[in-house]
Amino acid sequence: MEALAMGDYGPYVWTCFALTGLVLVICDWRARSRQRQVYRDIEVRVRALEEGE
Amino acid sequence: MWTFFHKLASPPHFYRLAPQIVPWLAVPGLLCIAYGTYAGLFVAPPDYQQGDAFRIIYVHVPAAYLSMLAYMVMAISAAIGLIWRMKLAHAVAASAAPLGAWFTFLALATGSIWGRPMWGTWWEWGDPRLMSELLMLFLYFGYMALRAAIDDTVKADKASAVLAIVGAVNVPIIHFSVEWWSSLHQGPTLIRAGGPAIDAAMLYPLLAMILGFSLLFGALLLRRVRSEVLYRERRKRWVRDMILAAGGRA
Repeated sequence: MEALAMGDYGPYVWTCFALTGLVLVICDWRARSRQRQVYRDIEVRVRALEEGE
Repeated sequence: MWTFFHKLASPPHFYRLAPQIVPWLAVPGLLCIAYGTYAGLFVAPPDYQQGDAFRIIYVHVPAAYLSMLAYMVMAISAAIGLIWRMKLAHAVAASAAPLGAWFTFLALATGSIWGRPMWGTWWEWGDPRLMSELLMLFLYFGYMALRAAIDDTVKADKASAVLAIVGAVNVPIIHFSVEWWSSLHQGPTLIRAGGPAIDAAMLYPLLAMILGFSLLFGALLLRRVRSEVLYRERRKRWVRDMILAAGGRA
């Protein structure tokens, strides 16, 4: 509990680390979702073109 | 050497190579961050003045460093794209901007949270370090807004590149602001004449965090550039062939 309290600075310290973790997760998620989205959009267009030909 | 860079700048080659490089950056990066977080939170001794609140530097300093590094990556890539008309360079610049904005936001937020118990205020409008870092966040927003406002990719690349290059003047201003002007923010701790002004027990976790953040930034940037390349090359033959050959695998 002493380690968690961080000498009464616990809320500040843990908030910063949690916020950092959240930002890193968001950055990773955004990069993955963008790749999936772009790939799917192109795939739909390519398939439509193939069927049209 | 030049052949390697020339080949790397080829969008299809980069698209295939990037996912092979990403794990070599992401895994060591995460290991460095895991060590830095553990050692920074539980092994490093409390600061004699700031107590345990100083541990915020283990996320604040890497975020602030990355905010400037990402901007330099963006500005240099934009300049390369503008001068040598390298398509991949513009994709790198466009991909670095959102990451840089996130790290700048993180640097400002963690700095503000640290400032409350140490300075007695969340924010100080007159402080040159805080204001120049805030200006960097607006430069990132401006760069992304400008790109979004122009439909033509070539025109968007050129216009945003000029903004990125002009805005690069803010990076040395951020770094030297604590030396040039009177600031609440503490002076340089790591990069200073006479070496780092921090004990080894505190220094090594901080260096691990900076290295870890940098490697992770590299991995995230490669992922984003890959998506950007795919979007820009969406009408090219190699993309069509790849999608037809893959049959639905991203």
